[in-house]
Amino acid sequence: MIIVRGILEEGLLYAIVSLGLYITYKILDFPDLTVDGTFPFGSAISAIMILNNVNPVLVLFISFFAGMIIGTITGIIHIKFKIRDLLSGIIVMTALYSINLNIAGRANLPIFNKENIFRNHFSMWIFPTLRPYTSLIILIFIVLICKLILDYYFTTKSGYLLRAVGDNGSLVTSLAKNKGNIKIIGLAIANGFVALAGAIYCQHKGFFEISSGTGTVVIALANVIIGTKLCQNNKYIKPTTAVIIGSIVYRAIISFVLLLGIPSNNLKLITSLLLLIILIVNKSKKGKVIS
Amino acid sequence: MIEIKNIKKIFNPGEVSQICVFNDFSLSIKDKSFVSIVGSNGSGKTSLLNIICGSIQLDKGQIIIDDKDITNCPEYERMKNIGRVHQNPSKGTCGSMNIIENMALAENKNKAFDLTKCINNEKRDRYRDKLKTLGLGLEDKCDNMVSKLSGGQRQALSVLMATMTPIKFLILDEHTAALDPHSADLVMDLTKKIIQENNLTALMVTHNLRYAVDYGNRLVMLHEGKVVIDKENKEKEDLSIEDVLNKFTSISIECGN
Repeated sequence: MIIVRGILEEGLLYAIVSLGLYITYKILDFPDLTVDGTFPFGSAISAIMILNNVNPVLVLFISFFAGMIIGTITGIIHIKFKIRDLLSGIIVMTALYSINLNIAGRANLPIFNKENIFRNHFSMWIFPTLRPYTSLIILIFIVLICKLILDYYFTTKSGYLLRAVGDNGSLVTSLAKNKGNIKIIGLAIANGFVALAGAIYCQHKGFFEISSGTGTVVIALANVIIGTKLCQNNKYIKPTTAVIIGSIVYRAIISFVLLLGIPSNNLKLITSLLLLIILIVNKSKKGKVIS
Repeated sequence: MIEIKNIKKIFNPGEVSQICVFNDFSLSIKDKSFVSIVGSNGSGKTSLLNIICGSIQLDKGQIIIDDKDITNCPEYERMKNIGRVHQNPSKGTCGSMNIIENMALAENKNKAFDLTKCINNEKRDRYRDKLKTLGLGLEDKCDNMVSKLSGGQRQALSVLMATMTPIKFLILDEHTAALDPHSADLVMDLTKKIIQENNLTALMVTHNLRYAVDYGNRLVMLHEGKVVIDKENKEKEDLSIEDVLNKFTSISIECGN
C-alpha cells in the first residue's frame, strides 16, 4: 500500500511538469530543456519564501508566475534573437543552475521545521483518519485544478491560437497575429507549471536540492508520450487526462524496476533507457522520427 | 489600391545561384479589380504575392496600399486587410483541429484572442449554415479533424476561412493547382462568388490559362520579372485563350525551352 501511495504521489507530482511539457513538446513541437532548470528554480524560491514565512499556498502562485518569467526568457531568446530551440533552453537551464544556488544560498536547503501545504495545522485537523493520505489527497486536488484550468484554457480564443501555432504557423500569420509572441506565451505557461511542480516538490520532500531538476525533461517527456500513446484511440479522454495517466503509469514502471533489486544509483540510467525504449517503440509504430 | 513601385529583389545575392526576380518593376492594382497573373515558372508570380504580403523583404522600392507605405510592415500586420489562400490546402487550415474550431479561429481575426470561450452554440449553427452553402456536405463533418478532409474540401474551407472577416484584398497563390479538375472548378466558382459578394480586390496567380481568361477583369502575364501582357476589362474580354497561349509559347521559345 505504501508503494502504491508512493507511485501515486510521485506520479501526480510529475504530472504537473508533464502538463507543461505537453504544451511545449506536443503542441508547440518545441523541445524545451529549460525545465531542468525551472523545476529546481521553483523549489529554490519556494524554499526561501517558506523560510521567510510566506503563506505556502501563496508560494505556489508566486512560483507559477516566476516560472512564466523563465519561460518568457527562453521564448525571447529563441524568437527575438533567433537562437535554435534546443540551444535557447540549454542556455537558460545552465544559467538557472547558478541562479538557483544564489537564491537558496547553498546546494541543499531543508525546510522541515516550517509549515507547508502538506504539513500544517489545517491538514492535521481536516483529515484525522486519513492522515497517511493527506499528501496524496492534496496532490490530487492540485493536479485536478491544474488540469481543469488547462482544459478551460484550450477552449479559449487564446488557447485556440496556441493550438494552431504549433500545427500551422502560417495560419496564425494570416490571422494577423505574431506567431512568435504566441509561442512565447506557450513557453511561459509551460514553465509556469514546471516551477509550480518544483515548488510542490520542495514542500513535499521538505527540502530544496540543487540536483532535483536533473532529468526532469526526460521524465516528463516519457510521461507525455506514454499518456498520449495509451489514450490515443479514446476520443473521450482529454490529452491533459492522458498525460496524468501517463505520469502514474511511468512512475509505476520505475518503481517496479527498482523493486527488482536494481540499485537506486542507476535511477537516471533507467529513466533515460526507458525514454529511449518508448521513443523507439513509438517510432517503429508510427514511422515518424521524434526530434 | 495596391501600388508596387520600382521594386528590386535579388535572391542569393553574390552567390553562383544569384537570381534577379525583379528589377525596377512597377504595377498598380485598382480597387475592386480581380487580376489573374500568369507566367512560366520563375517569372516572379509567387514572389510578387510574397512581396505584397510581406513574406519576403524587398531590396529596393515601395509597396503602397491605400496611400500607406507598408514596405517595412511585418507580414502579420499586413494580413489585417489581406486574406490569403495558398497552393497547399494544408497551409490555410489547421489539421489538428476540427472544422468548427478552424472557422471560429478565422472569424476571430482582428479581434482579441483573450480568455473567453472561442465556440458557442450560436456560432456552431451559423457555421453549419455557412458550410451548407458550399454544397460539399461539410456541414455533417463539423466535428471531424480537418486533416481527414480531401484536398478540395480543405481548400474550399481555406477560401471560406480567408474571407470570413471583412478584408479588402484576397491573395490567391495557385490555389487550385493541387486539386483534381472537378474540385478545382468547384473552388474556383466559390472563389468568384465570395469575391463578388464581398466586393474584394483579388490577385490570383494561376497556371491554368483557362481560369485566367474566364475569371477576373484583368490579365497580367509576367516573364522574367517583366509584364508582357496586361489587358483590362473590354480588352481582356476580347482576349482568347489562344492569344495567351501563343504569347506564352513564343516567350518560352525565345528562352530556348
